[in-house]
Amino acid sequence: MADTARPEEPDEGAPRAATDRDPGLQPERTRLAWRRTTLSATATAVLAGRQLLGSRAPGAVEVVLVVVIGLLWLAFVTLAHGRMRAMAGGRPPALPPRTALLLVGCTLAPALCGGVLLARPGW
Amino acid sequence: MILIEGLRSAGRTVRLWWAPARIREEGTTPDYRFSLANERTFLAWLRTGLALIGGGFAVDQFLPRLHPWLRLACTVVLLVGGALCALRAVNHWVRCERAMRRGEDLPVSRFPTALALAVGALAAALVVLVLLGRTD
Repeated sequence: MADTARPEEPDEGAPRAATDRDPGLQPERTRLAWRRTTLSATATAVLAGRQLLGSRAPGAVEVVLVVVIGLLWLAFVTLAHGRMRAMAGGRPPALPPRTALLLVGCTLAPALCGGVLLARPGW
Repeated sequence: MILIEGLRSAGRTVRLWWAPARIREEGTTPDYRFSLANERTFLAWLRTGLALIGGGFAVDQFLPRLHPWLRLACTVVLLVGGALCALRAVNHWVRCERAMRRGEDLPVSRFPTALALAVGALAAALVVLVLLGRTD
């Protein structure tokens, strides 16, 4: 009876075709997690930009920082998009550590920009 | 001795961040579903960090009547907390990935407890401020 207990379980030894869907929907869940993360990054970037442009007298430093934050957001979204595309196959490759590090860099930079702004005299 | 050992371990982990290909030299590749679960955990921590950083900016922008020093303190605490969360995200991801490749137990950490206590303390402090009417 052991072989009929779990009829849907695929044969472990059989190679998975590229179109095989994981019954746990792991790639889909991971893709949605990436989507949520890009949304969070967008909200944070908007708040950071608002912070910079809403300061008392936005000068050259603020404008440059806003451009930097915009570029970092673009890098974040591009990396996420590349990862979501890489996961489109049946057996997605592992997340490259370089991508993870770059994403963390893109997350830390707005915080550093905020720190720069707070440290400026007259703020 | 424990401190030195801890520093050495941290140094090895940080080196692993910058030479990530070395992760793949160890052990065997785990089931991709486990790696994806680890990736989602990494993203969840990254979102936590992003939310704290965004919260720091929000405190500074949307509580203009808060005493300037209190506002500055809240902003700095949230920005630093968010940065720590983001760093912790990649550190924990690398350590989990390595543990899975080696077939070891996943690393445990006090970070979630510390974060929970810090967020709770911040929230309690804000409640006290609101009750005392210091936000006007």
